[in-house]
Formats: sequence, C-alpha cells, structure tokens
Amino acid sequence: MRGFNRIVLSCFLAVHCNIGGSHQAAADVLTAHTKQRASTVRIPGGRFSPLYGMAKGITEVEVRPFELEVVPVSNGEFYKFVRAHKMWQRGRVPVLLSDVAYLSHWHNVGKAGEWAPAASERSYPVVFVSWFAAHAFCEARGGRLPTVNEWEFAGAASETKANASRDPEFVEKLLAWYSTPQGKSAFHDVGKGQANYWGLRNMHGLVWEWNEDFNSVFVTGDNREDSDDLKNLFCGGSATGAADKSDYAAFMRYALRNSLRANYSLKNVGFRCAYDVH
Amino acid sequence: MLRRAVPIVLSLAVCGLMPITANADLPVEEAVLTDAPNVPPAIHRSRPAKVIVHLEVREVVKNIADGVQYTFWTFGGSVPGKFIRVREGDTVEFHLANHPENKLPHNIDLHAVTGPGGGAASSFTAPGHESQFTFQAINAGLYVYHCATAPVGMHVANGMYGLIYVQPKDGLPEVDREYYVMQGDFYTQGAYGEKGLQPFSMQKAIDERPTYVVFNGAVGSLVGDKAIKGNVGESVRLFVGNGGPNLVSSFHVIGEIFDNVYTEGGTDANQHNVQTTLVPAGGSAIVEYKLEVPGTYILVDHSILRTFNKGSLGMMKVEGPDNKAIYSGKEVDSSYLSELGDLEKKAAKDSEAPKAVAAKAPVTKDELMTAGKKVYASSCLMCHQANGEGLPAVFPPLAKSDYLAKLSGANDRSALVSIPAKGLSGKISVNKADYNAVMPAVSGLSDSDLAAVLTYVTNSWGNSARPFSVDEVKKAKDALAQAKK
Repeated sequence: MRGFNRIVLSCFLAVHCNIGGSHQAAADVLTAHTKQRASTVRIPGGRFSPLYGMAKGITEVEVRPFELEVVPVSNGEFYKFVRAHKMWQRGRVPVLLSDVAYLSHWHNVGKAGEWAPAASERSYPVVFVSWFAAHAFCEARGGRLPTVNEWEFAGAASETKANASRDPEFVEKLLAWYSTPQGKSAFHDVGKGQANYWGLRNMHGLVWEWNEDFNSVFVTGDNREDSDDLKNLFCGGSATGAADKSDYAAFMRYALRNSLRANYSLKNVGFRCAYDVH
Repeated sequence: MLRRAVPIVLSLAVCGLMPITANADLPVEEAVLTDAPNVPPAIHRSRPAKVIVHLEVREVVKNIADGVQYTFWTFGGSVPGKFIRVREGDTVEFHLANHPENKLPHNIDLHAVTGPGGGAASSFTAPGHESQFTFQAINAGLYVYHCATAPVGMHVANGMYGLIYVQPKDGLPEVDREYYVMQGDFYTQGAYGEKGLQPFSMQKAIDERPTYVVFNGAVGSLVGDKAIKGNVGESVRLFVGNGGPNLVSSFHVIGEIFDNVYTEGGTDANQHNVQTTLVPAGGSAIVEYKLEVPGTYILVDHSILRTFNKGSLGMMKVEGPDNKAIYSGKEVDSSYLSELGDLEKKAAKDSEAPKAVAAKAPVTKDELMTAGKKVYASSCLMCHQANGEGLPAVFPPLAKSDYLAKLSGANDRSALVSIPAKGLSGKISVNKADYNAVMPAVSGLSDSDLAAVLTYVTNSWGNSARPFSVDEVKKAKDALAQAKK
C-alpha cells in the first residue's frame, strides 16, 4: 500500500505543476485577483482544547495568531477566480481533483463550457467545491485554508464569548442547525446575521467549511483504513478520545470532516481563507 | 506543518475502495424492503444467494405526534428504517446512499455483521455519496441496525435504526401474519404535545428523560385505522425491536399471552406462555401468539407511564366470532359495598341510585361541578387526562372539543348522555382529528353521577353548557331504551 501511495503522490505533484503552468498563463488576471483580498480579522490565538487531535497526555494546544476572512467565499468571488484560472472551471477539473458534483449548481451561460452562478445567488456562499479547488483559490489570494485547530478556535466563539463551547444555549443553537436537512432554500447572502466575538460571520448556520488538514486527525499511517483511530468516530468509541463528551456540536463537525475526501464537492461545504501573521 | 498534508489526503481519495468479490456462482437477487408495520415475505430458497440491499439515508421532517414535528434521520424515509430479510448463509452486498440534501455524514452498524464495527467504518458516507460493502450473514436471528456516526446517541435518538432478520436455514414455522414493531425514545426541547417543530434536546437525552416513547416513530402510528389487523383463528408473529437510545422495553400485548418467545431475537423459541418480554435497547425479540377472541388488543411498554403519558401504545384489531368459552365478556355488573352484608347489598342494588343513598344528591350547578369532578377523576381522567386534552390520536380531547360542544348545545342531549352510559365506538372527528377506538360504557354510575360528570365535563377547560339534571339523564336513558326497541 505504501508503494502505491508514493505513485499517487508523484502523480499529484505532476498535476500540481500543471496548475502552476496555468497560473503563469493567466498572470495578469491572477495578480488582479490576488490583490483583491477580502476583509479579515486578526485572531490573537491562544491555548485551547480541541475535541480531538491531541497527543496522549496533552490537554491543550497552542494556536498561533492568524487572520481569517470575515465571511465564507461567495459564488461571485469564486466565479471571478475560475475566469482567471480556466482549469478550475466546471467541466475542466479532473475527477482526481473534484467529483462530478463540482459547481453543479451553476448554470450554463450560453458559451460552450462556460458556467456561472445565478445572479440571485452571487452573494450566496460557494458550495460544490472540492478541497483542491478551495485550496487553489486561497493560494491564489496569497492565503491558505485555516487548519482544523484554527477554525475550531475561532468557531468556538458565540456573539459574546470567545469560547462558548460549554455554553448550553450556544451548543443547542448549533445542534438545531446541524440537525436541519440542507433543503433548497437554506442559503442566504454571506455576511448576513450577527458577528461572533471575533467579528467573524456565518461560522455556523450557513455552510460547513473546508479545513487545510480536514482529516489529518485520524491519519496515523499512510492510509486511514489501517488506523484504529478512525473507529473513534463510531459508536461508543467516539467518546474515548474526546476532550468534552458533551460537545455534540463539535462531534458533528469532526464527523463531517472525517467523512470527506479531498475531491468531494458537496452541497453544503464551502470555505473561507486564512492568512499567516508575520 | 499540518497545512502540507496534501499527499495523504490524495492517497485516500484513490486507494480507499477495494471491491470484495463474492462467490460468482450465487444467484443474485435484490432484497425486498418494507416500512413498518410490514415485513418482507418469508424466503423459501433452500440455497444461499447474493442479496443486494439498497438503503438511502434521508433527513426528513415528520409528525412525531398530532401537530408536533420533528426532524428525523432515517434509513429509507421513515422510523424505524426498512425491514431487511435475508437467509442464513446469504452474501449481502450492501449499498448505503446518503441523500445530497442531507446535512450530515452517516453510516450503518448492522448487528447481523460479524466484523469490526458491524460495517460502520466501511459504510461511512458523506452527503451526496454512496458506499458499498459486503458481508456474509453467518448467524441467524433478528438484529438491530443503526447509525454509528458520532455523536452516536444523537443519530440513534433521531430515529436511525431498524431491523434485519437473518432467517434460519430451516425457516420458522409458518404463521398467518407477521408484523414489524419497533420502539424508540425521543428527546424534544418542548414538553410532550407542545406544538410545532421541536428541536432535539441534548440535555434530556444525556439525562435519559425522554419526552416521547413511541412505537414505529410516532404517537398513534399503530392506532385506529393504522392498527395491525388479524382474524380469529390466525397465528401472529411480531418482530419487535428497540432502537433506544436509552430505554429498555417491557413489551406486552394487553389480553394476549405469547405462546412462543424467541428471547432477545435469538433462534430458539426458548420460552412459552410469556406475558411480558424485555427488549433491550439495541436488541429485539420475536413473539408468537394465536388469535382466539375478537376485539382490540393494546401493544404497550408495560413501564406503563410511558404508555399513558409518552405514547408507547399500539393496537391490534382482531375480527371474527366471539368465543364465549375462552372469554365471556362482562356477565354481571353489581354494586359492591364491602361493609354491608349480602342482604344490604341486594337492597342497595334494588334502589335506583345506590351511591345517592349515602350522600345527598347534588342539585345546584356548584354541587354538580364538585361531585362531577370526583366522578371524572375516578372514571374518566385516566384516558381523557386531568386537563381534558386526551392523548393525541388515541383518546379524543374534551377540552374545547367541537364534537362535545355540538352535542351539549343541542336541545335533545340524549346522544351525549349515551356516551358515558352506553359507551361509544367507531370513527369520530374531534377538532379536525380522526379517532377510531372503543370507549366502553362507564359502569357503576348512578343517574346522579352521570348528571354531575356531564355537567363537569361540559363546563370545564373552556367548555360551557347548561347543567344536567337527574331528570334529564333519566329521560335521555328512557329515550335511548325506547330507540333500541
């Protein structure tokens, strides 16, 4: 299995080089796009206890200061991106980098192979994007996807508290959203609604969000199928490694992340970008 | 460092799926799946087959009680999930699809699977995806399946369970009817009966304080027109499951004795003549009985307050000729006054109103209300409830009841007197909800008691009507007797 993975790995790097090539070809537009950095807030970081992912005997992890975009990336912003980076247009992305659902909510806009979001949905969060596409988008912006720990640190905030993960009212509110099927009319414009303690909007209640290391928590070897850790998320086993057994909301986010593969494009998964602070 | 986890991520996308090859010689068939209370037909094959099961996870909003909605997570669109039937030795190719409109990942742990997680890891599926795995059903028996995605308690509490029956190679004795009944406990933020869409209460679930305990996913799912049916002389087999997540069921059918019980869903009918059988959370039982006497049989969790106050009540309606040798029905209704001797008892029975002998009969509206409240508490409250609201789908409300208001406002109110005096059965509509059940005559009530309780019921909980007098009750009873002739 290990050898097979190496082959896949080199295969990926080759694809990655091609992406680089496209960047060069669209250098002007790319620069324009990169400069359009969305508004961000600075998260000061600190120590906290994520639900999973800590080594044995460690109860807290350090999150270093970083910047996070205030709202999830919208259809409109992603449309600009794919116009500048043709390889990320619907219909051109290889299955290895996204499954067939990629941008499947966009409409054909007349020209062969050109797809765009409906005008009424331009400010909705972009969904049906794979991890690879989200990763490439943030890279083009000069940023990256937030790590799980960064996202969890920032997302633990309610409107009034930096860490509300033990506030029953906050947790119940999240559960109510997590429990509601996506349906057709569940989306609204990004930015609508109350900001949380850090000034971030729509961290909950609109879409799930990709993280840079979304399934690394369970990866110990070169393949998660050979790891015992995965079973932690099933049945009673999930309670054994968890920091706070009553944080059902966090369980659900970790479960969702762990069900994903990097080429999945889902109806309710979007993303926002993060930036290093130097 | 974590940020550069790309190679690992990609390898997962490619090499996670390894198709398992089944014996190519096996005949292939698609499993018949049914919604409760129905059970797929018995399998008559004498050789193993490859059975393909397609099950779709759907998150749906449905009624958990009259006017109360809940977001159920389901295997196949309903709670409990589809009943799956295979034969011992079959190879089962299982496809679990997670509908794209769903919010969450799901999986399935079938207790019939021998292997780590019961299929859970292999079937872990994101919304808009489908997983496949294969297992051999090497152990016969009745097994629960359930979702095992974290937080597992919440997935089960939202209805993610069902039954798979691995039929023994030699089958079970033929019966005339088979039904599927599965209990579950539910935890809503609002109290029992509070209207509207009710969110899940994590705290109540952790504290194991259910708001609803129901059969087949909702209060009243096996009641009235939806009752399971049978005929005198037939044999019945119930496949009983308990999804939990928390409670153990004391499963009982009022008026029946289980001839055979396959305890805990195993393959031996190791108990006979059983009144109540325990069904563990995440477990099952198979019970069999013969229908001897017609009537309505009530399925309950005999932890009985759940039945009266939280919904665990179903019905089996049996039709056919009476069998007086086995059950006579009521033969004698006499007053019983323990402190009196036989002679006095006879004398009391002969008088028109035995209870009125001891106390002065109520006359004014206040007196009627006071006396009526006592009669209500002893004879009516158990079903119609202290607040007169009844139980949704089972016992009709008296409070603000349009049905009651129509009868109590009429000039001739003999139809209303008839209800407690003679009983009422068949379909009625109360406040836009249908009820189809049997209310027996309330025995032992004097005319004075009837006047009091009718006055009380028609003037409580927002109801208003003229008080009843003993005279009106007497005339009504005479009129009813005349009409009968």
